[in-house]
Amino acid sequence: MIEFISQPWPWYVSGAVIALVMVLLLFFGSSFGFSSNFRIICAACGAGKRVPFFKFDWKAQSWNLLFLVGTVLGGWLSQEFLQNGEVIQISTDTVQDLQKLGFAAPQGLQPQELFSLEALGSVQGFLLLLVGGLLIGFGTRYAGGCTSGHAISGLSNLQWPSLVAVIGFFIGGLVTTFLVFPLLFS
Amino acid sequence: MKVLKYILTGILFGVVMSKSEAISWYRIQEMFRFQSFHMYGIIGTAVILGALAVFLIKKLKLRDLQGKLITFQPKEKGITRYLMGGTIFGLGWALVGACPGPLFVNLGQGYWSILIVIAGGLLGTYFYGVVRNRLPH
Repeated sequence: MIEFISQPWPWYVSGAVIALVMVLLLFFGSSFGFSSNFRIICAACGAGKRVPFFKFDWKAQSWNLLFLVGTVLGGWLSQEFLQNGEVIQISTDTVQDLQKLGFAAPQGLQPQELFSLEALGSVQGFLLLLVGGLLIGFGTRYAGGCTSGHAISGLSNLQWPSLVAVIGFFIGGLVTTFLVFPLLFS
Repeated sequence: MKVLKYILTGILFGVVMSKSEAISWYRIQEMFRFQSFHMYGIIGTAVILGALAVFLIKKLKLRDLQGKLITFQPKEKGITRYLMGGTIFGLGWALVGACPGPLFVNLGQGYWSILIVIAGGLLGTYFYGVVRNRLPH
């Protein structure tokens, strides 16, 4: 059993479980939207005293923080107990494209070139992660949701604004991939 | 139980995102380069099954565990905020290779440098709160 679930899971299993997570949260009387946690954490840290946007009853949404704790635990459990040491099999085209940018073929889930402590120690490496985070935090709140809130919950409920947001996600992603990466890494 | 059910659902989400490699920067790169079906398959399956579930929940007027009718908050109308905000998020998503949920899954996986991204996410959210009245929505 453990051996079986330790293999990489196919996309259709993953998609089905993500839909299940959304449905479970609906039956709990909540709704699936992860980036709200950034706002909740800001509010819990007292940001509401200075900025009205963070003045709301965040405790009513603290279930989302419990969900967040669960995701961290889920990552840890997978890493600790559900690993079979297999190297991630991404498309050879992607491996080649990334090699041109100076990225070695994958070893783990994340590239050492970006996430190792050495990379973090360089000014460029540190700024890249910080700026990436700033864009994620700012953009998700401006758009009113991220992949879970718009792409999964919103599209499942056939919301046009969510489709617009997802189109935006892709515009931004393509700009970074095809315009920014060649400037940063070559 | 109240606490446990959310934590367990979170664990399920963290495990599935890990085991399907959806938290990997490489998978996100592959998606934005249109070189694999994997991420499209994941999101597509989730949306199709999700839409079916939402349809049934509305049709059958299903209730949540507290016995309240499950309702859906329609998203506010508009284009600017979704397109602008979405694009800004997308710039960061491709750069770091993770959206907000997977950031925390990666933290559990032991990628400590993700803490810088999470700190950036909190700062970015705070900054939005400060300037939001001056932005077109």
